[in-house]
Amino acid sequence: MGQRSDGERNVSEPAAVEARDTVKTFGAGEQAVRALDRVSLTIRRGEFFTLLGPSGCGKTTLLRLIAGFESPTAGAILIGGRDVTAEPPNRRPVNTVFQSYALFPHLTVAQNVGFGLEMLGRPMAEVRATVERMLALVKLEAMAGRRPQQLSGGQQQRVALARALAPAPQVLLLDEPLSALDLKLRKEMQGELKRLQHETGITFVFVTHDQEEALTMSDRIGVMSAGRLLQVGPPREIYNRPVNRFVADFIGESNFLPGRVERGAVRLGSGDLVSVPGLPPEGTAVTIAVRPEQVRIGAAGEPGTIAATLTDAVYFGTDTHCHLALADGAEVVARLQSPPSGEIGLAPGARVGLRFAEGAVQVLGD
Amino acid sequence: MAVPDAGTAAADRAGAPARRVARRPGRAFSVTRLPGFGLVAVTVFVLLYAPIATLIVYSFNDAPTISVWGGFSLRWYADAWANQQVKDAALRSLLIASFAAAISTTVATMAALGTTRRGRFPGQTFIYVMINQPLMVPEIVTAVALLIFFAAIKVATGYQGLGYLILAHSAFCVPFAYLPIRARLESMDLSLETAAADLYATPWQTFRRVTLPLMAPGIAAGAMLAFVISLDDVIITEFVKSAGQDTLPTYMLGKLRRAITPEVNAISTALLGLTVLLLTAFFLLTRKRG
Ligand SMILES: Nc1ncnc2c1ncn2[C@@H]1O[C@H](COP(=O)(O)OP(=O)(O)OP(=O)(O)O)[C@@H](O)[C@H]1O
Ligand SMILES: [Mg+2]
Repeated sequence: MGQRSDGERNVSEPAAVEARDTVKTFGAGEQAVRALDRVSLTIRRGEFFTLLGPSGCGKTTLLRLIAGFESPTAGAILIGGRDVTAEPPNRRPVNTVFQSYALFPHLTVAQNVGFGLEMLGRPMAEVRATVERMLALVKLEAMAGRRPQQLSGGQQQRVALARALAPAPQVLLLDEPLSALDLKLRKEMQGELKRLQHETGITFVFVTHDQEEALTMSDRIGVMSAGRLLQVGPPREIYNRPVNRFVADFIGESNFLPGRVERGAVRLGSGDLVSVPGLPPEGTAVTIAVRPEQVRIGAAGEPGTIAATLTDAVYFGTDTHCHLALADGAEVVARLQSPPSGEIGLAPGARVGLRFAEGAVQVLGD
Repeated sequence: MAVPDAGTAAADRAGAPARRVARRPGRAFSVTRLPGFGLVAVTVFVLLYAPIATLIVYSFNDAPTISVWGGFSLRWYADAWANQQVKDAALRSLLIASFAAAISTTVATMAALGTTRRGRFPGQTFIYVMINQPLMVPEIVTAVALLIFFAAIKVATGYQGLGYLILAHSAFCVPFAYLPIRARLESMDLSLETAAADLYATPWQTFRRVTLPLMAPGIAAGAMLAFVISLDDVIITEFVKSAGQDTLPTYMLGKLRRAITPEVNAISTALLGLTVLLLTAFFLLTRKRG
């Protein structure tokens, strides 16, 4: 409470969630696991923020620290500008949608949804009204009297959502809430979640290891790996301007080509020169990254193109993935829109000329 | 189980051996198909239930001996019911069992909460062993120890009441109450309590509104088991009781030393009825919910 705003950011509107140099270590001595390594993060009010990263990178741990189920080994957690590091979960204005849903099996759907408000000591009339509104919001009015065991997975998921939204928390934490659902239901719930976030204006902190889910749903994404927060930004920025190879590789697909800075361009292993703005000094070893859909295929020998040989073309319906080999054998994948005939008109072994789309080439550090 | 399986087993024997090998492993081996299985099963059931059946039948015997059938009668039940000593002993038994069940279940509930509603902790196995110790120490050893221990207290305080029996019964009933409660708690996901805390419930509210209702069947089952175990005890009771503190089992034992009458059969049958009732309730409470 003492160090409310350190005058860092917007003083008038404190961040919804702030983690300051948060460290979480499990166990001690030899077997100690550092699940979070000095994570600093600011989540803005009303935003749909997604934590994305491979399994075991610390997403759940960060969420549990925000909810108060674990306390950080070092650092602080602030919610709405208030330092809650020492507060138990029941005194934090956040609610969680658990991956396993964790619905109370001995209570009805309506009692589950009303639980939070009841614990807050709200009058019965208000609880009842809110429960009705919440059940309408997730389209489960007809199920109010049922027990969780009598619902399908998708319905249980929506009860968990309604239960967490009912007390109108400042922040809603969602730990891979869609991972147990089949693809169709999952797509449906993704839309549903976006709609709910829009209607309620509540800050959502969403955890997933599905990059597509992250890209389509989020206002901003935080990419994590091995307990570290690597990059935070809007989906377009994360996708088009990844800060390092891990992020570029984890979000979407990328071609990585090693090279060396020479005469204001990058000299690839194949001997070809690729011009990229904003390069480090002459002679520096770099890796360039290009998304497959940014690789253009033209006729062999066209000026300014890179000579390559088609090794394979894989048909994916809307797209065709062309695997190409450069002069030194380095592989580049190009994603082309499939023509109406489905045939790209090139056979393996064909010689072609490659070009990278304007502004599509990224120079990566490590 | 055994009846439909026997049919399949016969069919299998008739079929080619190769087909039996091709079956899924879970299906290939069944203890019910081992030679002599039926014979052993029948023998065990006969040994278990024939004596009890005899006991029940002769409790309705009109003749005053327990070996010659003299026609149906309820006279031994009437005799037992009219016998003040039997009534006193029965009441004492029920009283001690009620107290012992209540105390041991409370203790066992707390022990089960302390050992399951948290992560692993150092000394956990040791604690388990300590709680279940009465199951492992020979009862006669505990009985002698209690006799000596309580004798000292009796001399020091002059108190001679039923308290000693209640305390002794409470102690050895703890593991019986503990095991079903712990089993119940272990089947309950810890994330439910986490969810309650997330939804603004204080630790006490979480216990009252989530943990307790969910563990209630385990507690009831534990209490019932403790009650039955206390009701049934002879050895420790025999050593600890003061004069005039017979429970039903020790009264029957004393009676049998002098003469064997069908009255004992009648009392035993009544006790059996009560126990069966309680144990049926126990199994209904602990069986998995479909
Ligand atoms: N209670 C715990 N005790 C010991 N180690 C733990 C504990 N909880 C998490 N860890 C470790 O911390 C690391 C991060 O775990 P976390 O659950 O946060 O991963 P995650 O990113 O949520 O992964 P997933 O996508 O698989 O859910 C893992 O290496 C995990 O083994
Ligand atoms: Mg996780």
